[in-house]
Amino acid sequence: MHVRFIVSMAALCTLMFATVVCAAAPIKIGALFAVTGPAAFLGEPERNSAKMVVDEINAAGGIKGRKIELVIYDTAGDATKAVQLATKLIKDDKVVAIIGPSTTGESMAVIPVAEKEQIPLISCSAGIKITDPLKKWIFKTAQNDTLAVGKIFEQLQKQKLTKVSILTVSDGFGASGREQLKAQAAAFGISIVSDDTYSPKDTDMTAQLTKIRGIKPDVIICWGTNPGPAVIAKNAKQLGLKIPLYMSHGVSSKKFIDLAGDAAEGIRLPSGKVLVADVLPTSDPQKKTLMAFVKDYQKHYKAEGDHFGGHAWDAVMLLKGTFELGADTPAAIRDQLEKTKQFHGIGGTFTYSSLDHAGLGKEAFVLVEVKNKDWVIVK
Amino acid sequence: MNRDMIKFLGFAALILAVPFALSGGYLMNVLVFVGIHTMLAIGLNLLLGYAGQISLGHAGFFGLGAYLSGILTATYGWNPWLAMPLAAAVVGGLAFLIGFPILKLKGHYLAMATLGMGIIMYITFNETIGLTGGPSGLSGIPNIAIGSLTFDSDKKNFYLIWSFTLGMILLTLNLANSRIGRALRAVHDSEVAAQVLGINARLLKVQIFALSAVISSIAGSLYAHTMTFISPASFGFNFSVELLTMVVIGGLGSIYGSFLGAALLTLLPEFLRAAQDYDIIIYGAMLMMMVMFMPRGLVRGVPDLLRKLLKKRGGKHA
Amino acid sequence: MQFDQLLQYVLSGLSTGAIYALIGIGFSIIYNATGIINFAQGEFVMLGGMLTLLFLDSCKLPLWAAIPCAIAVSTASGMLFERLAIRPLRQPTPINLVIITIGGSILIRGLSMLLWGKDTHAIPPFSGEEPIAVGGATILPQHIWILGITLLIIAANKFYFYHTISGKAMRACAYNRRAAGLVGIDVRRMVLFSFIISSAMGSVAGIIVAPLTMTAYDVGVMLGLKGFCAAIIGGMSSGGATVVGGLILGILESLGAGLISSGYKDAIAFIILLLILFIRPQGLFGKAQSERV
Repeated sequence: MHVRFIVSMAALCTLMFATVVCAAAPIKIGALFAVTGPAAFLGEPERNSAKMVVDEINAAGGIKGRKIELVIYDTAGDATKAVQLATKLIKDDKVVAIIGPSTTGESMAVIPVAEKEQIPLISCSAGIKITDPLKKWIFKTAQNDTLAVGKIFEQLQKQKLTKVSILTVSDGFGASGREQLKAQAAAFGISIVSDDTYSPKDTDMTAQLTKIRGIKPDVIICWGTNPGPAVIAKNAKQLGLKIPLYMSHGVSSKKFIDLAGDAAEGIRLPSGKVLVADVLPTSDPQKKTLMAFVKDYQKHYKAEGDHFGGHAWDAVMLLKGTFELGADTPAAIRDQLEKTKQFHGIGGTFTYSSLDHAGLGKEAFVLVEVKNKDWVIVK
Repeated sequence: MNRDMIKFLGFAALILAVPFALSGGYLMNVLVFVGIHTMLAIGLNLLLGYAGQISLGHAGFFGLGAYLSGILTATYGWNPWLAMPLAAAVVGGLAFLIGFPILKLKGHYLAMATLGMGIIMYITFNETIGLTGGPSGLSGIPNIAIGSLTFDSDKKNFYLIWSFTLGMILLTLNLANSRIGRALRAVHDSEVAAQVLGINARLLKVQIFALSAVISSIAGSLYAHTMTFISPASFGFNFSVELLTMVVIGGLGSIYGSFLGAALLTLLPEFLRAAQDYDIIIYGAMLMMMVMFMPRGLVRGVPDLLRKLLKKRGGKHA
Repeated sequence: MQFDQLLQYVLSGLSTGAIYALIGIGFSIIYNATGIINFAQGEFVMLGGMLTLLFLDSCKLPLWAAIPCAIAVSTASGMLFERLAIRPLRQPTPINLVIITIGGSILIRGLSMLLWGKDTHAIPPFSGEEPIAVGGATILPQHIWILGITLLIIAANKFYFYHTISGKAMRACAYNRRAAGLVGIDVRRMVLFSFIISSAMGSVAGIIVAPLTMTAYDVGVMLGLKGFCAAIIGGMSSGGATVVGGLILGILESLGAGLISSGYKDAIAFIILLLILFIRPQGLFGKAQSERV
């Protein structure tokens, strides 16, 4: 009896000790963000948001007692570096999942690595090619460009505007937008009457706009990220263009209004809901998450949380969801991710399936307009 | 067997032994890129160190090789072993043709012209979306294979790339010690004097320009097949400058110097990663210090520095 | 092709070209005095814009006071650069100097990134944003500032190089450094002077263009490159030829974007540049030189 008691106590202790040791081992996830370089406007808020949410999860005691360890590398927006660092995350750091990269180019470069090593990857970039065609280990949180283009075209169709001039930046973001704009136009009865580009570092786009003015389109759609679109807005004002100007979700932040000043007035663009979180109806299922995210980001970084940061936030939270359900190996995490249903994140409400690894519908975007130096929702 | 050959064999043995010392992992992957960069630096060094001609556009040849190989294999289903030599031939031919007018220029005009050439190529990669995929890049490039052996892991790629790189080193060593090498050095020192001696300086420069483009193109093809994805951003002006820096930091006119330069500039960012946002500052400062304290490059600078230290110590003893 | 459209292209090209010209002259001045192609020239352009912003936002200075402060600080950093990086060089071969200035530009850019972050910032225009009609085209008041200040600086340059002792001394250095030293000119001082003048000019270019183009830690790279092109077309002259070079480049870009293809506009500009070099290897305005053997 006595002996049996001691043995069982010892066994119990061992068991408890084992769980404690087990609990102390953190779950390691990796992240690749373009924190420096030309895509830093994506990478920096992404890194900030990911760090912020992981810190919060850990401060709240982690997941079932296990902390999350986040290893972040800066790719500087370079595809070669992204591939090298993905290998480093998998082989040296032995992470169970990877968040990022920030740009479509980098994501496409990293995909073969993740597929081969069988590590789930949640990309934070918008290109539709990332999850279409579907790849077993690849998911994404950024809204597809297709949805943003669709949102603009829907509005144009409603107003019966058919002649569109496009002006896109000649980098991955602009090229992807340009492709989608051209591909979808016909379905909405829209014709692209001119197709121009500008380089990311260009400082004057009056030449392109002058040409467009001569063509007399109904609408100009510009696809780019700061500062190009702000320069375009100013140039359009200088030329006295009266043609309505639409931008992409690439500039959906207060920063754009700061840069373009008065020239921003009346410009419309599709945006994730985070931009207008405070004026969303309370019935919106994302409202609570969005408000919390914006407040948190403000508190930590004294800056406006944007939907780019939101992509990383969503990715961490999606992974957290799988951890909570007990997944801690790459394969289990992948299977669990695929079962994600009705997750109300920053980018939208995600429902993944074995046929859809992008997970968002067109309600993820709202159309907004600049009025009195602020964003309002276009009804 | 002469001294150069012994040195080379020692170097080759050292390189090929590296995988045994490493347990695979990330460093292997970086070393694959050290190999590719060494190849590129050697190609540029032929031009800069031996023939004394600057180029700020070599990333363009690197990219052209990568894209030709990538497009032929990924889009048209060619075998990489066929695509690579074809790409090299096309790039070499192109370099030969533009070499004549470009190498007529001197000094900063040559720098400008090669820079312009590189930028034109970069813009072409970016804009011919139907062929290259444009800024979003070209994916689905197959790995190189020999029979059933596919080079799809870092370790396999290490051996593939480094056998090319070592081959390239052997070739350039022989070239440097041949009649052509001596003629080149003569042109470097004084073009007029060389011409008086009966060397066709112009043709020689153009040939070296083309050869260095061919080497860059082969490096590009290998890069495309190891990465399996390429995008224009890797072949811009910045990379041309980085290559130039590798050659100068390593030591002009020294093959092993090019290896040292390439290795240092490829590995340095990896070690600086710990410094996070400060890495770019340290990187810039180190470039400046290196030129200040080792103006003749690593390959001569390190021995010079050691000698000086020893002398100082010796002086004290005496 | 309508006339007012063409006029707009030319006017836009001229105002961009004026900036390239200013930066280009900065390249030429240093090149002539020292034989250095200063790849850090673009960073002084960036410093001009970013420092103006710093004095406006953090020190709450009005624009008219912030600008001279910004020019002063960038000029000081130009001096510092010459003293710390160029002068101590033991073997100043041209290629080593190129690498030094590249290292310097990376360093300056990195420091600015740490100091001011990676965001782009707007700077208020000097006098309003009401477009002004010129024929059928429109320009902004800022464009007039740009053209005016560029002209002013070129005139001041001309005066300095041809009518002051130190300007003439610097020209002497450009012709032959050793001979200049032999007649008692302090060559090292002239080198320092050349860095002072060109960093000041670069920062002015950065300041006057910032209200139109906005500014960030990395704007110097592209602007520096374009300025270098302008200087080359002008045959590395520190006067009128480089100005014409800058204007040609600006107009080529603008016309290329408007009339041919906006995607290839830089390529068009460079192809024409290459053709110029092939036909006239000494630059558009340079005299053919016999080579010293």
